[in-house]
Amino acid sequence: MSEIKNIRDQFILKLGDDLSIDQINEIKTELFGKNGLISLKFKTIGSIPETERKKFASDLNQVKDELQNLITSKINEIEEKKINEKLEQEKVDITLPERPFVRGKVHPVSQTIDEISSIFSEIGFSVEEGPDVENEYNNFTALNTPDNHPARDMHDTFYLDENKEVLLRTHTSPVQIRTMLKDKPPFKIIAPGRTYRSDSDQTHAPMFHQVEGLHIDRNINMGHLKGCLNYFIKEFFEVEKIKMRFRPSHFPFTEPSAEVDIGYEIKDGKIIIGEGDKWLEILGCGMVHPNVLRNVKVNPSKYQGYAFGIGIDRLAMLKYGINDLRAFFDCDYRWLNHFGFDPLDVPSNYRGLSR
Amino acid sequence: MKITYDWLKDHLKISAKEDKLLEKLTDIGLEVESIEKLYEGLDLFKVAKIIKTEKHPNADRLKVCDVKVGNKEIKKVVCGAANAREGLLTVYAPPGAIIPKNKTKLVVAKIRNVTSYGMLCSESELNLSDESDGITELSSFKYEKNIGKSYFSKPSSNLIDLSITPNRPDCLGVRGIARDLSAAGFGNLKPEKDKKIKSNKKQTLKVKITKERNQGCLSFGSCLITNVKNIESPQWLKDKLISVGQKPISAIVDITNYVMIDINRPLHAYDADKIEKGIIVRNSKLGEEFTALDNKNYKLDDGMCVISDNKGVLGLGGIIGGTRSGTELDTKNVLLESAYFDPRSIRKTAKKLTIDTDAKFRFERGIDPLSIEDGLNKAAFLIKEICGGEISKIDIQKIETYKNKIIKFEPKIFEKITGFKISTKEMIIILEKLGFKLKKEKKFFKLSVPSWRPDIVQEIDIVEELVRISGYQKIKIENPIKERSKKTLNPTQKLFHFLQRAVASKGYLEAITWSFTDTKYNDHFKEANKEIKIVNPISSELGVLRNSIFSNLVMYTSKNLDRGIKDLSIFEIGPIFYGSQPGDQNTVVCGLSAGKKSRLSWIEKERNKDVFDIKRDVIQTLVEAGYDSEKFYIDDVNPNYYHPGKSGRIFLNKGKDKVAAYFGEIHPNIIKKLDIKTESLVGFEIFLDNLKLSKKPLKDQKSKYLVSDFQKSERDFAFIVDRKVNVQDLVSVISSIDKNLISNIKVFDVYEGDNIPKNQKSIAISVTIQSFEKTLSDNDLEKINNLIIETVENKTGAKIRS
Repeated sequence: MSEIKNIRDQFILKLGDDLSIDQINEIKTELFGKNGLISLKFKTIGSIPETERKKFASDLNQVKDELQNLITSKINEIEEKKINEKLEQEKVDITLPERPFVRGKVHPVSQTIDEISSIFSEIGFSVEEGPDVENEYNNFTALNTPDNHPARDMHDTFYLDENKEVLLRTHTSPVQIRTMLKDKPPFKIIAPGRTYRSDSDQTHAPMFHQVEGLHIDRNINMGHLKGCLNYFIKEFFEVEKIKMRFRPSHFPFTEPSAEVDIGYEIKDGKIIIGEGDKWLEILGCGMVHPNVLRNVKVNPSKYQGYAFGIGIDRLAMLKYGINDLRAFFDCDYRWLNHFGFDPLDVPSNYRGLSR
Repeated sequence: MKITYDWLKDHLKISAKEDKLLEKLTDIGLEVESIEKLYEGLDLFKVAKIIKTEKHPNADRLKVCDVKVGNKEIKKVVCGAANAREGLLTVYAPPGAIIPKNKTKLVVAKIRNVTSYGMLCSESELNLSDESDGITELSSFKYEKNIGKSYFSKPSSNLIDLSITPNRPDCLGVRGIARDLSAAGFGNLKPEKDKKIKSNKKQTLKVKITKERNQGCLSFGSCLITNVKNIESPQWLKDKLISVGQKPISAIVDITNYVMIDINRPLHAYDADKIEKGIIVRNSKLGEEFTALDNKNYKLDDGMCVISDNKGVLGLGGIIGGTRSGTELDTKNVLLESAYFDPRSIRKTAKKLTIDTDAKFRFERGIDPLSIEDGLNKAAFLIKEICGGEISKIDIQKIETYKNKIIKFEPKIFEKITGFKISTKEMIIILEKLGFKLKKEKKFFKLSVPSWRPDIVQEIDIVEELVRISGYQKIKIENPIKERSKKTLNPTQKLFHFLQRAVASKGYLEAITWSFTDTKYNDHFKEANKEIKIVNPISSELGVLRNSIFSNLVMYTSKNLDRGIKDLSIFEIGPIFYGSQPGDQNTVVCGLSAGKKSRLSWIEKERNKDVFDIKRDVIQTLVEAGYDSEKFYIDDVNPNYYHPGKSGRIFLNKGKDKVAAYFGEIHPNIIKKLDIKTESLVGFEIFLDNLKLSKKPLKDQKSKYLVSDFQKSERDFAFIVDRKVNVQDLVSVISSIDKNLISNIKVFDVYEGDNIPKNQKSIAISVTIQSFEKTLSDNDLEKINNLIIETVENKTGAKIRS
C-alpha cells in the first residue's frame, strides 16, 4: 500500500509543477504506458495474497482514477489557456457595421387600405373591386346622375373617347352598380381603389384613392349608417372617443345624404383626432337612392340601405401626419422610406391595426 | 352663394346671434364655407376734401395735396390722379388702412422725396366699380358735411359664403335660405309684400316664342318701362350689393342683380329702343353670331335657344345678353325680361360654348317657373322708384303651363329610413313651412310640391326634407354586429396583398404612381399594345394610360438617381391597360432595381446588380406565394425592352400556363435614350392574372411528410456541353432519371475558356443520392452514377469531363 501511496504523492507533486502538454504526456506514459508504474502494479494483482488482494486492487484503482483525472484536467486547463490566448488574438472591432441589408416598405396608402379592410372585415363587409376604366352609365347614369345634370360638374372627368362614353372612374361608386347587377341582395361590401379627376393643385391630385361602402338589406336605416361609421372612425384612429357630426348634404346617388365631420384640435403643431372644437370633413354618405336600386333591379320597397365614400389618401394623411397629398405619388425614395411601413406590419384584428 | 345676416333679416324675423345662425345653416345642409369680415378696417376710409394742390417738385405727373380729413386736420398726400384738384371731395385712406382691391396695407411713404401720409382712392381701389381712371369724386352737396367721417356706412353684418348643393336652386336666393331657416325653427318668414303692377299701358313690343322641337324657352314674361333715367344706384342699393361682394354698375343693372340675389329670379334688361320691332325666342341656326356682354363674339350651332329680333340674335336665353341691346346710362326705355328656360337646354348650350354666368348657373339648376311675375313686379317698381318712368302691363308668352307636382307620402316611411320617429304634427309643420300644400288622406299625405323645388319628385325626397330640418343629430347610433357571412378577401385579392408584402420584404419600396403616363416613356414599353389616349389629359406628359408600369417606374427611378440616390429598388402593384374598354386591364407587380450591391462596404465586395439578383427576387416571391419552383420553366423569349441576352420569362408549368413573369436587365438602348445614370438597371414584372390560384385552401395544400434517414451521398460531375445547352435542360434530364433516388441537384460551376473547346462549356453539378428504403451500397451508387453519365451524354450530347 505504501508503495502505491508513494507513487501517488510523488506524481501529485510532479503534476503540481508548471508543465507543458508534452511533459504531461510523458508523465502519462510513465504512469499508464505499457511499462508505466501504475500499469505494472496492475499486473502484480495476481500475486497478492487473496486476503489483501481486494483492498490492494481498490486502492490501486483509486489512485489510478485520481491521477488520471488530474492529468485530464491539467491538459484541459492548458488547452483552454491556449484557446483563450488565441481568442485574444482574434478580437475584432465589433462596432464595425454589420453586413449590408436593405429594407423594403409598403406604401402608406396600401397600409391604410389594409387597415380599412381589416376594420370592415370585423363587422362583416367583404372586399369588391371594379375596373379603373368605366363606362359613362356605371359611373354616372346608373348612379342617378344623368347627363345634363349639374351634379356632373362636381366631378372633373377624364375621358377616353370623344363621345364621353368611356372614362376613368371618378369615384368607386360604380363598383356598387357592378356588385348589385352581378348578385342578389343582401349586399355588404367595401370597394377600395384608384379614382381619377382632372384637377391638380396643392390639395388635389388627378389620381387618388377612395373606399366605397355599401350595405343593403331589408331594414338597414340611417341609424345603422351612423353606427357603422362611428365604429369605423373610432377603430381607424385608434381612439376611445370620437366626436362625429352628420351634416345634410347632397349626392345624386344617395337620399338622404350626409357629410361627416370629425372633431379635432391642433396641439403642438400636431393634429389630435376626437378632441377640440374644430371640424374636419372626412367622408360623404347616405341612404342609397331608390332610383339607383331600380337601375340595378333591386326592389326599393323591399330593400334599402346605405352607401359611403371615404378618401383613403386623406385618412392616411390625418392618421400619419402627412401634409402634402402630391407627395404620395411623387415616388421620392426618401419619402417612401420615411412614410412607408415594414412589410411585416400587417394590420389585423387580433394584433391590432398598428404597432 | 354669398349672403349677409342683414339681408336675411329682410325676409326673416329673428333676433338670434350670428354664430347661432351659422350653426343652424350647417345643420340644415346649407354648409357655411367661409365668413368674411368685409367691413373690418373700412371705417378708416374717410370723406376728405382737397384744399390745395401743388406740383410735385421732382415729378411732373404727381401732385402734392393738402387734404382736409377732419375738422382742423390737414394731411399731405402725394397723388397722381389727373382729377385731383382743389375743392374736390374724395375718399382718403390713412396709413394703416388696407386697400380693398389689392389688400395692401398703407404706410407713410416717401414718394420722390416728398412724404405722403396716406392715399386718395379710386373707385376701383375701393371695389366700388371698375373705374380706375382718377380718384373717387363725391358730390359736395351730399358729402360736404361728412368730411372726416367714415365713407363706408356703419359696418353691417359679415359676408357668409354658403356652399349650396346643386339640388337646391331655391337657396340661391336669400328668401329661399330664410324659408329653410324658418322651417327649422330659426325665426319666422316674413310675408312678401310686393305690390302687383296695375297699369293700363300695353307692353307694345311683341314677344313670340316659336313652336319648334326642343324649344328651350317655355315661358317669357316682359314689362316695358318707358321714360326712365338710368342713374347711379342709391346708397342703400349699392351697400346691399357691395355687402355680398357685388359691384354696383347702374341702377337698372343693379336692380336686376338685386332681385336675382334676393329671390333667385334672374332678369334681363334690354334697351327697348335697340330692339328691332319685336322679340322672337327661337332656336339658333348654324353659323349665327353675336357679341355678348362679356365682349366675346360667339358663333352658334343649330338649336340653341336665342332671344332675337328682326336683325338677328340679341342674346342667349338664360345665359348671357348681347352688347347690341344692352342698357346704358342714357337708356330711356327698358324692356325687362323674366323667363323660364329649360335647365337641360341651358346646360347643353353653355357647355358647348363654354360660357359660365350667374344666370346660367341658376337656370341650369332650375328657376321657380312661377316667379316670373314676382320678379317683374319687384324690379319694375324699383326702377320706377329710382329711375322714374312708366310701367306697362306684364306680358307673358308661354308654350307650356306649369303644374305643381303631387306626391303621396306615407308618414311611416320616415321611421323606416331614418330609424327614429317624429310626430305627424311635426311633419306637417315642417312641410308647410317649406311651402308644401298638404292634404291629409287616410294613410298618407297628398303633397303639392312648391314650384321652387325642382329637386323633389318622390317620397324619399320628402323623407330627406323632414330629417334634414328636424336634425341629423336625432339619428340614433345602431352599433354594428360583429358577424361575417362571407370571406373578406377572395383568393385573387389575397394573392395581391401577399405579393405586395412579399416583394416589399425583398428590399423594395412600394410606390404608387399615376395610371397614366408620358408617351415618351410609355413608347419604350408598350410593345404591340395600342396607345390609349386620354381625350382631356391634365398635361401632355400625362396623356396616355400606361401599357406597362415600367413607364412610370423608370421615370421615377431616373429622378431618384438624379437626387443622388445611387442604389434603389422600387416596386408598384397595380393596373396596366391594353385597351380602352372597361376591364381591358391587368394587374401587375413590377419592380425595378438600380445601382450596386454592397456599395462601399468594408466587408463585402461591391458589384453591379445583375439579372440573377432580380431572378432571385422573382423566384423567391413566387415560391413564397406557394408555387412549386421545381415545376417552373424558364426561357429567354422576352419583350424588347429587356436586354436580349440577359432576361427571361417564367412559366409556372411548361406549356400549361401563360407567362407568370418577366425579369432581366433593361435594354441598354433604353437606358441610353432616357439618359438614366446608373451602373445597372434590372427589373421584373409578375402578372397576377396569369398566376393560377390553388383551388385548395392552405390547410389542404401540405403534402405528406416524407423524409429519409438513410445515408445520403453526394456525387460531383463535370460535363462538357454545347454552349447552347441550358442548365435547366441538363438538370431536368438528371432529375428525371430516378425521382426516388435523386433528391437534390446543385450547379456549382459553369466555365468557358481555356481547356474547353470553342463553343462549348463545362458545367459542374453535384447530385445528392438518397434512398427511402435502404443505405445504398457502393454497387448501387456506381450504377446510378453510370446511369447519370450515360443519360446526360445521350440526351444532351454532353461529354463527361475526365
